[in-house]
Amino acid sequence: MRADKEQGVSEILLRSKRKRARKELLLKTAAYFFLTLGGISMILPFLWMISTSLKEAQAIYTFPPKWIPDPVIFEAYIKVWKIVPFARFYFNSIFVAFCVTAGQVMTSAFAGYAFSRLRFPGRDKLFFAYLATMMIPYSVILVPVYILMVYFRWIDSYKALILPAMFTAYGTFMLRQFFMSIPRDLEDAARIDGCSLFGIFWKIILPLSKPALATLTMFTFMASWNNFMWPLLVTNSTEKATLPVGLSYFQEVYQYTQPDWSLLMAGSLLAVLPVIIVFVFNQRFFVEGIKLTGIKG
Amino acid sequence: MNPIKAKNREALIALLFLLPNLLGFLIFDSIPVLTSLVLSFFDARLAPWPQVLTAKFVGFGNFIRLLGFQLKDASWVPNDPKFWRFTGNTLFLMMVIPLQIFGSLILALIMNKKLRGVVAFRTIYFLPTIANGVAIYLLWQWVYNPNFGLLNSMIAKAGDIFNVRIQGPHWLSSEVWAKPSLMLMGLWIVLGGHNAILYLAALQNIPKDFYDASSIDGASPWHKFWYITWPMISPTTFFITVMSVIFGFQSGFMQAYIMTRGGPNGATTTLEYYIFKNLYEWHHVGYAATVAWFLFIVIFMITLFNWRFGGKVVHY
Repeated sequence: MRADKEQGVSEILLRSKRKRARKELLLKTAAYFFLTLGGISMILPFLWMISTSLKEAQAIYTFPPKWIPDPVIFEAYIKVWKIVPFARFYFNSIFVAFCVTAGQVMTSAFAGYAFSRLRFPGRDKLFFAYLATMMIPYSVILVPVYILMVYFRWIDSYKALILPAMFTAYGTFMLRQFFMSIPRDLEDAARIDGCSLFGIFWKIILPLSKPALATLTMFTFMASWNNFMWPLLVTNSTEKATLPVGLSYFQEVYQYTQPDWSLLMAGSLLAVLPVIIVFVFNQRFFVEGIKLTGIKG
Repeated sequence: MNPIKAKNREALIALLFLLPNLLGFLIFDSIPVLTSLVLSFFDARLAPWPQVLTAKFVGFGNFIRLLGFQLKDASWVPNDPKFWRFTGNTLFLMMVIPLQIFGSLILALIMNKKLRGVVAFRTIYFLPTIANGVAIYLLWQWVYNPNFGLLNSMIAKAGDIFNVRIQGPHWLSSEVWAKPSLMLMGLWIVLGGHNAILYLAALQNIPKDFYDASSIDGASPWHKFWYITWPMISPTTFFITVMSVIFGFQSGFMQAYIMTRGGPNGATTTLEYYIFKNLYEWHHVGYAATVAWFLFIVIFMITLFNWRFGGKVVHY
């Protein structure tokens, strides 16, 4: 009798377990389904971009469009470099992004250390001023800094593209917060061993901050690469234009006629490729980084 | 070394550490803010070098022009009707924000389940955020092409299934459809981006015990979401909302410049684009500063309001 009862109980448990397992499976399948559906709509425009860039002129303007071009033409990718000084744009983007990123990370790290670990009069008041300016919209600062560029005669120079962007309150803020989370015991031990303040910064704080530094580097590079408004304002020749501005030149080339979309798509793809590659290789930093900063880039 | 000397030394070192950053802060950040405010009280125009600027003091003249009304033929007419139109545009475009937040939340909830290949999905959803810029806007301009673009082609194909010939609208050149087009594109760009990642992190921080305990008490999935998940992620929701509103007010420049040049008939011009035009095309620098400061004040007030009101709704 008792054995029967026990068997009955275990059967019920087993059945409910199976029911739960089936429910889990159903939920998981639904999740995959929607995720895939969404994923397709995410990637569809990109596929459209690639497909258009490989089509020949007549194939672009047919309706209904064919997804897989026939024949596959790579001409757009070659023409892109000839119609506008694309190589120049590429170089400018790389150069500017590199300088801005290096400059931002370095000045933010130094300043962040000063704000977090060093004592000096007015430290917290100054930091509060930094925070206050972060609230101010970009367009407020834009107008006077542009005038400054005109006054310094920096228009259409690398100085205008790099120097104003080399400083950031966000970066300083983020690194300061991160440095503050590093336990002081290490520094105290180093101090006892006679390490200088600079030595502490260089040998202890920096190596321990790799995730935060990597994150800042990533986001700064991305922001600089994609920046459009500022380069548009301060460059007026193709000599110093960066890729985003260069791409908009394509539009001007075709002002009165229907643009050559294969060219535009090829150029666009080439323009985003570096950032995508950098991202794919540094995947894990991104997620960690956004959690760290909690700030939209 | 006596303590006073050590303190001075530390302050000096701090200054050295701070110097490059501080210089940048002064020259390119804090002083410009004050300059911008001063400029807004002048009728300032760009002039050739070395004068650079011609300025005539007008006091609140710019602000009156921006916000004021005058009596004309027995009715009140705005001094700058374009401004009011563009403010309306900006607010209209911001209506997509709740959708964006909601969508990111759903996405994060789905991605939070232990599925294989989540990393691949996360990458795909994050791609638009990475590539965000002129390239994306050119792409979508092509997508929205009325005759050969992706969207209208798909619509036509859908029509074919039912043997109906559907011609999709002129998305970007119709006054009715221009803004919704930008909103849809905005949704696509933002959906899998920073918001989703933040939500994902917040979801993963919720202790599993809460759900287990509620299961024992017989909670339905809806109960679990509404009484556990939603309150636990409310700080994140608050943060995302505040930031989205702040950025929303300042957005729209790139879309307008690349895709529509602010048209058709100013239907897609936002305040940011208006500031740009004042600065770059009409060289009316004083007025540009005025609009910028107005924008700042609006953002500030709304953020303050969000803070007061949001504080009551957020659970910590």
